[in-house]
Amino acid sequence: MKHLKEGIQVGIPIGLGYFAVAFSLGIGAAAAGITPFQGFLTSLLVNASAGESAAFTAIKENVPYLQMILITLVANARYILMSFALSQKIHPKQKLIHRILLGFFLTDEYFALAVSKDGYCDPYYSYGAILVAAPLWALGTALGILMGNILPARIVSGLSVALFGMFLAIIMPPCRKHRNIAILILFSALFSYLLNRLTPLSESTVTILLTVILSLAGAILFPRKGEDNAQ
Amino acid sequence: MRNNVYLYILIMALTVFIIRVLPLTLIRKPIRNKIIRDFLYYVPYVTLTVMTFPAIIDATASPYAGLAALIVGGIAAYHDLGLFKVTVLCCLTVFVLELFV
Repeated sequence: MKHLKEGIQVGIPIGLGYFAVAFSLGIGAAAAGITPFQGFLTSLLVNASAGESAAFTAIKENVPYLQMILITLVANARYILMSFALSQKIHPKQKLIHRILLGFFLTDEYFALAVSKDGYCDPYYSYGAILVAAPLWALGTALGILMGNILPARIVSGLSVALFGMFLAIIMPPCRKHRNIAILILFSALFSYLLNRLTPLSESTVTILLTVILSLAGAILFPRKGEDNAQ
Repeated sequence: MRNNVYLYILIMALTVFIIRVLPLTLIRKPIRNKIIRDFLYYVPYVTLTVMTFPAIIDATASPYAGLAALIVGGIAAYHDLGLFKVTVLCCLTVFVLELFV
């Protein structure tokens, strides 16, 4: 119960960020002819900003169903890596249902929460955050479709960096203790900038490519010494 | 002919479910291979950094406001201010700066 409560607390900023992002996602979905209910349903089942946005574009283009599978795979491929990484943060004896639920709700933010704690993660910590944030994600999408043009642009702009603030809060603190992570982050930002600006590769492709190459480079160049499995 | 939107949603949901859940349920034991373990340890840092930059400067109405949010949020996070405060600081930075741009 302590973990659930703690999760609910950290779920509030995540939920607010989600609401803002979902809202702008909804504005895009409306342009693709998605109804508020369809948007709500999609966000409830999928929980992925880049993935959903790519999917709404695909629906607008009326692509073949097979192509929908491919687009979904590419736009969400980073979750395969995260799922692998998260598998190491769940206690080997943990029940299957928890693995399925944590997998179903595997987003960048819930993932970041789960790995931000030392040792194995407690599923209820994640459930607390999900309880608050997931409904706001679905609701934000529906409301964005319904009334995207009512909210002042300046407020939407301000809210749009909420998710990035959250990412920063996860990646920056370990930099003080681990120079290797700081170096890796600097190179990630540099290459991300170059590839996104100078090549026609999509943002999701760049994310997959750099995650594989740079994490591997990190593992080879900066091997960690004698740390426990769950970290 | 328009394809069925609900079928699209179902296809997407199933595909995403499979790639999210399969690795997590198939791998239960700690991975012994040192390279793979270190690789997985570094994954979140690279992924989240790549997703943050340069996306943050494209997200705001003015790119300078996004850049300022990155700097303010980065410094605040480095000093361990916590999830909530860092997030609010980022939003406020953009909101206040865009009053003047």
